[in-house]
Amino acid sequence: MTQTSLLKQDARTARRNRAEARFKAYGLIAIGIGVLMLVILLGTIFSRGAGAFQQTYLTLDVTLDAAKLDKKGKRDIEDIKKVSTFGYAPLLNDAFAQLVDSGAASSDLKPKEMSGLLSKGAEARMRDAVLDDPDLIGQTVSFDFLASGRVDGYLKDRVTRDSIANDKNISVEQLDLVDQLRAAGLLKKKFNLAFITGADSSDARPEAAGMGVSMVGSLFMMLVVLALALPIGVAASIYLEEFAPENWITDIIEVNISNLAAVPSIVFGILGLAVFINYMHLPNSAPLVGGLVLTLMTLPTIIISTRASLKAVPPSIRDAALGVGASKMQSVFHHVLPLAAPGILTGTIIGLAQALGETAPLLLIGMVGFIASNGPESISEGLLNPNSAMPAQIYEWAKRADPAFYERAWGGIIILLVFLIGMNAIAVLLRRRFERRW
Amino acid sequence: MRDNTQTPEAQVAQKSKISATGVQVHYGDTHAIKDVNVEIEDKTVTAFIGPSGCGKSTFLRCINRMNDTIDICRVQGKILLDGEDIYDPKVDPVQLRAKVGMVFQKPNPFPKSIYDNVAYGPRIHGLARNKAELDEIVERALRRGAIWDEVKDRLAAPGTGLSGGQQQRLCIARAVATEPEVLLMDEPCSALDPIATAQVEELIDELRQNYSVVIVTHSMQQAARVSQRTAFFHLGNLVEFGDTDKIFTTPEDPRTESYITGRIG
Repeated sequence: MTQTSLLKQDARTARRNRAEARFKAYGLIAIGIGVLMLVILLGTIFSRGAGAFQQTYLTLDVTLDAAKLDKKGKRDIEDIKKVSTFGYAPLLNDAFAQLVDSGAASSDLKPKEMSGLLSKGAEARMRDAVLDDPDLIGQTVSFDFLASGRVDGYLKDRVTRDSIANDKNISVEQLDLVDQLRAAGLLKKKFNLAFITGADSSDARPEAAGMGVSMVGSLFMMLVVLALALPIGVAASIYLEEFAPENWITDIIEVNISNLAAVPSIVFGILGLAVFINYMHLPNSAPLVGGLVLTLMTLPTIIISTRASLKAVPPSIRDAALGVGASKMQSVFHHVLPLAAPGILTGTIIGLAQALGETAPLLLIGMVGFIASNGPESISEGLLNPNSAMPAQIYEWAKRADPAFYERAWGGIIILLVFLIGMNAIAVLLRRRFERRW
Repeated sequence: MRDNTQTPEAQVAQKSKISATGVQVHYGDTHAIKDVNVEIEDKTVTAFIGPSGCGKSTFLRCINRMNDTIDICRVQGKILLDGEDIYDPKVDPVQLRAKVGMVFQKPNPFPKSIYDNVAYGPRIHGLARNKAELDEIVERALRRGAIWDEVKDRLAAPGTGLSGGQQQRLCIARAVATEPEVLLMDEPCSALDPIATAQVEELIDELRQNYSVVIVTHSMQQAARVSQRTAFFHLGNLVEFGDTDKIFTTPEDPRTESYITGRIG
């Protein structure tokens, strides 16, 4: 036998060490690819979507001419209401004419063309302000008007002088005026709260579209899911895990719950369409129906995670409770359930987050409603009136032709991601906070 | 106070707390306990000894129907507690377990405060009418569990934060808090160090004043130290049952002798 030294690796050890080093390298490469994908994904989303949170506004002094808005001069609210947004258009034109007269900008454009720089909602904005406070009539008021989608795009480099060659919505002369107004500090990009709180808008006004109402739709759906899926899921899990006899019926139920978790969500959508809308005649596009469909989808997730956390409670705790004369139910509700609660909550939140991002079933039950009005006024309205949901709204915007909507779709994705990350963070925190050791 | 006019059989019956006749236990296809007859006396410590898998723990768990929680387990035969069959369909196992307390092999305090651990049983059985009474019950139980002095200043601390020996004494205190008549102990010292074991053994000796104690143990020395009666189980059979002194000095069955001298098991 030859003398071997521990200071020198033999061939076999060297080979094993090389294999291990190779394996570690593969792992690092795999993680590297994953991280790179994530960075690309988030980078793209944020670089494209961040623009939606800023919007171009034009500060303009408008003289609210009493002769045009309240011809009778009685300041009677009914009279003022009779003046439609068309009646406000000349005011806007006058304001632009004044702007040129004052020398702040020079342009050969007609005043009407100049007001084309503003969003089509500008007149309505003035009318709302006047109806809110009729005393404004006769005064000169400074308004921050939304600029049109094209102007906004120009400030965000989406629209260039070359790209508008065939565009009827905006001309090179108008862009010249935009440059002057920008230099004068009247045209600025500002944080756009309306994107987060506002309603969707028509194709002609991408600059006014917001996520707010679809967010409310999503919120109502989540309430329905939480109110139904949590109690049903937890009750089913407790029964299956703690009380159900071990026989073939239980086995079949268990297998089917696992299978349900893998059913494509669009199947739940068509089921919802057939059962809830066509058979039960619940209203179309209503968050109630969306919530019911998503409940079906979330139930298996909640049941599986709840059962896993019930299983993780050591049997000695059940024995201890039974040993001092607690009934089965007391042992479950006093001891097992509180210990499983963090796991149940985590599962529920993750299930909810999954439901929040689900789009396919909502398309089938028509939850892509175009809601240009503001949010629902009562809970029943919120549940039963047609609405959209965040992912469905994003889908809607991504479909539209105007690239301004495209930017909003990316912005919507950012909002949705913030919600999802927030919910998952809550799940992690809850788990940390309530985790117990035994 | 024994009535001397009764027949010897009646005297035995009166002294006997638990009387098992013809007990058979099946786990699925496994015949775990084969026709066991045992008389467990009141205010005595009875030890069940035997090699691993001989059925002593299974039999112990029959006495408070803990085996009911195992679906595939079937129990046949009669176990009388104070002359009443505990497997009678009219008996609610929950009520039975309040009378027959149990301490498990591994200390298993609830992940709650020390106070709540002990107070749980009395609470669910409605043994205390108010907070003061409950405090009293908790203190008495912790004193009986010989752990009061160590925990009296930190009753609100979690029971799981105690040392292994303290946890086990807490579990004993928890078991006696419901005022059971019989206390079953399933290898209560197997997870404890010698000092904690000595404390628990001392405690068992004190508990004998008030309860009938049945203890399953792997340690023959422990059986010899704490028990008055010993039952030797082997492969599901009750091989020998008698006074501890007699079993350990002059066993009748050769298998018992082999086991206690260390040749089998």
